[in-house]
Amino acid sequence: MRIVIIGNGMASFKLCEKLRTKGSKYAITVFGEENQPAYDRVHLSEFFSGRKADDLFMAPKSWYHENDIQLHLGDPVKSIDRLSKKVHSFSGETVTYDNLILATGSAAFIPPVPGIEKQGVFLYRTIEDLEMIRSYSAKVKNAVVMGGGLLGLEAAKAMLDLGIKNTHVIEFANRLMPRQLDIEGAGLLKNKLSELGLHIHHSKNTVNISGEEKIHAVEFADGSFLETDMLVISAGIRPRDELAHQSGLAVGPRGGIIINDILQTSDPSIYAIGECALHNKMIYGLVAPAYEMAEVLSANLMVNFPEATAVKTFTGFDMSTKLKLIGVDVASFGDPFIENENTRTIAVTDKLKGNYKRINISADGKQLLGGILVGDTTQYNMMLQTCRNKMLLPADPMDILHKNTDQKKSDNAGITALPEDALICSCESVTKAGICQAVSEQNCNTVDAIKKCTKAGTGCGGCVPMIKDLMVHTMKEKGIYIRNVVCEHFQYSRQELFDLIKIQQTKTFNEVLDTFGKGDGCEVCKPLVSSLIASIWNEMILRKGNDSSQDSNDRFLANIQKGGTYSVVPRIPGGEITPDKLIVIGEVAKKYNLYTKITGAQRIDMFGAHVSDLPNIWTELISAGFESGHAYGKALRTVKSCVGSTWCRFGLHDSVSYAIRIEERYRGFRAPHKIKSAVSGCIRECAEAQSKDFGIIATEKGWNLYVCGNGGSKPQHAQLLATDLDSDTCIKYIDRFLMFYLKTADPLNRTATWLNKMEGGIEYLRNVVVNDSLGMAEEWEAAMQHFADSYACEWKAAIETPEIRKRFSHFINAPEEKDPSVQFEEMRGQKKVPDWNNPK
Amino acid sequence: MILQTEQTRAEIAEWFEACSVHDVVENGGVCVKYKKEQIALFYFTRRNEWYATQNECPHKRQMALSRGMIGSVGQEPKIACPFHKKTFSLATGQCLNGDECSIKTYPVKVINGIVFIGIAKNQD
Ligand code: SRM
Ligand SMILES: Cc1cc2nc3c(=O)[nH]c(=O)nc-3n(C[C@H](O)[C@H](O)[C@H](O)COP(=O)(O)OP(=O)(O)OC[C@H]3O[C@@H](n4cnc5c(N)ncnc54)[C@H](O)[C@@H]3O)c2cc1C
Ligand code: SF4
Ligand code: FES
Repeated sequence: MRIVIIGNGMASFKLCEKLRTKGSKYAITVFGEENQPAYDRVHLSEFFSGRKADDLFMAPKSWYHENDIQLHLGDPVKSIDRLSKKVHSFSGETVTYDNLILATGSAAFIPPVPGIEKQGVFLYRTIEDLEMIRSYSAKVKNAVVMGGGLLGLEAAKAMLDLGIKNTHVIEFANRLMPRQLDIEGAGLLKNKLSELGLHIHHSKNTVNISGEEKIHAVEFADGSFLETDMLVISAGIRPRDELAHQSGLAVGPRGGIIINDILQTSDPSIYAIGECALHNKMIYGLVAPAYEMAEVLSANLMVNFPEATAVKTFTGFDMSTKLKLIGVDVASFGDPFIENENTRTIAVTDKLKGNYKRINISADGKQLLGGILVGDTTQYNMMLQTCRNKMLLPADPMDILHKNTDQKKSDNAGITALPEDALICSCESVTKAGICQAVSEQNCNTVDAIKKCTKAGTGCGGCVPMIKDLMVHTMKEKGIYIRNVVCEHFQYSRQELFDLIKIQQTKTFNEVLDTFGKGDGCEVCKPLVSSLIASIWNEMILRKGNDSSQDSNDRFLANIQKGGTYSVVPRIPGGEITPDKLIVIGEVAKKYNLYTKITGAQRIDMFGAHVSDLPNIWTELISAGFESGHAYGKALRTVKSCVGSTWCRFGLHDSVSYAIRIEERYRGFRAPHKIKSAVSGCIRECAEAQSKDFGIIATEKGWNLYVCGNGGSKPQHAQLLATDLDSDTCIKYIDRFLMFYLKTADPLNRTATWLNKMEGGIEYLRNVVVNDSLGMAEEWEAAMQHFADSYACEWKAAIETPEIRKRFSHFINAPEEKDPSVQFEEMRGQKKVPDWNNPK
Repeated sequence: MILQTEQTRAEIAEWFEACSVHDVVENGGVCVKYKKEQIALFYFTRRNEWYATQNECPHKRQMALSRGMIGSVGQEPKIACPFHKKTFSLATGQCLNGDECSIKTYPVKVINGIVFIGIAKNQD
């Protein structure tokens, strides 16, 4: 018995996977038109933020082989012979089927506008489309996205990610996301998107695309036009029903292969699933219903082939969505628009915070029928569940609109109140019971483990917060709440210790250990606690009682080098240095016989200092106006800068002055890991700001702030957090960003890793930093201001404090003697360390 | 007050006067010069214990153990080398990361605020 599947998209893959995990023995052949095996189209846009095509694959190519599935890629089926039950492919293959499944998905709808074939016009559906957009976008200054729906806005966000600042969205209807939002909600969304730099135009009917070979402008029925270098069309989808049509299967008047509740087409041995299928006059343009169809079909194929007495049916699907894009959260669920005498609508707008919430409830006030959320969507999952499971609303339905003060409690009550069979992940149809069992019976203690075990959360990802809540709840209930603890000496996470130290006002490592820990500490918890104490109390790190718990480099305020000597890195803010100071560095290096090198971060490193010379070297440097560069600490390193508008013909603002201002504000700030920054004077980006923990690029109107990038072993580009900021606002945002990082990151996680682990990602972070969703902004800014005001150079304190200075000697019983094992060789006129001594 | 590491029962040729108690950083180490030898001396103040080991880390033969961080694993007192954080038992000298060879330890005693390190007989 052979099943042939046409199309190798998301629905097709899910069907293969379900058939094989259910243990079916059918021979399976799949034809795919694209050159790649099935990939995760839902996360396609991540292709622009650095995800590689391979990372998007649902399964590696080898999976099909391992599961005995014949996969023909880059080979579309060109005809179906229903009489002899054969399909013919483009390359000439002919395969006979017992059952045929059409999973051909959909294509972007291309409006019949003259000029649509011009260069610079793109679609947004496949990896290939995105590759073409990416290579074209390099020479592009502005872009227009046609379509202000879900996909169009995602495409627009992608344009911003590609660095096309001047991006326009045009929408035919009188508002954005007309299928999900009402006028009020859409208006709010528009305001928010405009703040992010998108230009939104609605009620625009495109009538012509002008230009020679290349697109020049998009022209509208009202006579207006937009000049542009590029047009991305995302104006809806058209089911790919051409094969079905051609072979005489019934299709809908506006497209789509007609299917019944067991997904059968008008030919009983041919089925259709996913976006190509028309069920009950609906095309479902989302992945969850496509997966549900795959589930129904696979279940039926398992029990009785070929004569179907179906065990499962497809009866339609809830189109609730939570938009995962762009720094503004948007959600709609149930029936968002319903308005009649049996219903009541409650809508609340908070223009200041930019929130819109609408719920539609039954006239008796007992049931939630649908709703819309813009801005704050934290209640989405709960509302969706209330709506879907027909749970009773609170006595005052308004309560569900407001986060009450006792949010945690009510959330838990919410989760507990859910019925066992409440569908949590609709993509993979996993119920509450399924998730709780994975936690309690299969010991899944992380969201990742639950994903592996149940597949919940692996589709659109919208349910992940709920999965996490359920997990934590179940673990607590079973008493298996496992924490992310520091080491054997502290049964707390870094974040918990942070709060404890602050609340209990513990100021030395021993105190912290005695109060919160056990045993005698180790090389893991000592530096971690020392760093927390330093960030919270901002005292000299070598104060007695804290000195010996510092990591070795912090303890000597210098990096230990091969051979046992140290390096000296004075701060050179923004990379700017006077000739006099250069001379001082040269003189000091000569006097103490130090190797000098320009570092990769715009400063000068002097290597090979004996520990006992360090205080003398620093005394000279400090009297010449230098200060510690904290090259040894998990602290702010440099703020690199380009030369900027003072000299550069392209410079928009004075990047050097701004870099110095920033470096001086955050110098000495101790964090979970080191932090680096840079300021570029224009988008040519000579300071490489987009590879920094936070980076700033001048724009015509101010500064763009990027966050969470790094170089190092796993480079990652920083992401745009906010645009066109004035200098003071930008610093406020950095204050908040750094404080949030300080408080919540795991030990030794750079900001990029921190963000990668953050649920909700950059949007969540933006909400915290820009919209102050946690209400912490004021406190954080004040704390940072206090830190900046009380900053003092550690080296200065060290050389001026005799007890500390005394520690900088090699032999305690012969302080004037240097370590005789330190040896140097010569190379290019300077000294170097001999290679490692071989172990004995 | 006399504290002594347990396993060094070899006959002591000489109790060498290293330094005063106040010279040694609390919960940390210093390096003591004895003839041509470098000895790392640790004052584990939390446990009121003294330890001494060779200063050279056997991993890459760096003179560095006295600058490392001390701590415990279970009850075992240990020192972590500042270079690559290999750890060694302060009591037995054994490497706790398995691969490296063990380090030499010395008995320590403190009399009237003076720290003495015991040098074994067969030692030159
Ligand atoms: C001196 C310098 C190399 C040079 O000669 O140019 C250097 C030297 C060291 N780097 Fe670096 N890094 C230096 C610039 C960089 C840069 C470039 C930059 O900052 O623009 C990077 C990549 C950018 C980044 O960090 O995002 C860099 C990424 C690293 C990493 C990897 C971090 C990561 O997140 O993957 C480490 C390891 C670590 O920190 O855990 C590291 C660690 C080290 C240490 C501290 C390793 C160690 O523990 O001994 C090196 C010793 C420094 C010393 O003895 O003074 N160094 N290091 C540079 C000093 C810059 C400065 O003025 O402060
Ligand atoms: C940018 C983008 C973002 C999206 N975001 C979301 C989201 O956030 N949430 C959500 O739920 N959904 C989202 N979707 C929709 C989701 O991707 C689709 O619902 C899902 O991919 C449908 O799966 P499918 O298998 O029906 O179609 P597809 O995944 O499109 O697969 C169909 C495949 O069949 C191939 N094919 C067509 N004709 C033939 C032929 N004759 N022979 C061989 N092969 C053929 C096609 O080339 C294609 O590879 C998004 C879609 C896009 C494009
Ligand atoms: S790249 Fe490696 S070897 Fe070079 S300085 Fe950085 S840490 Fe040292
Ligand atoms: S030299 Fe001590 S751990 Fe490598």
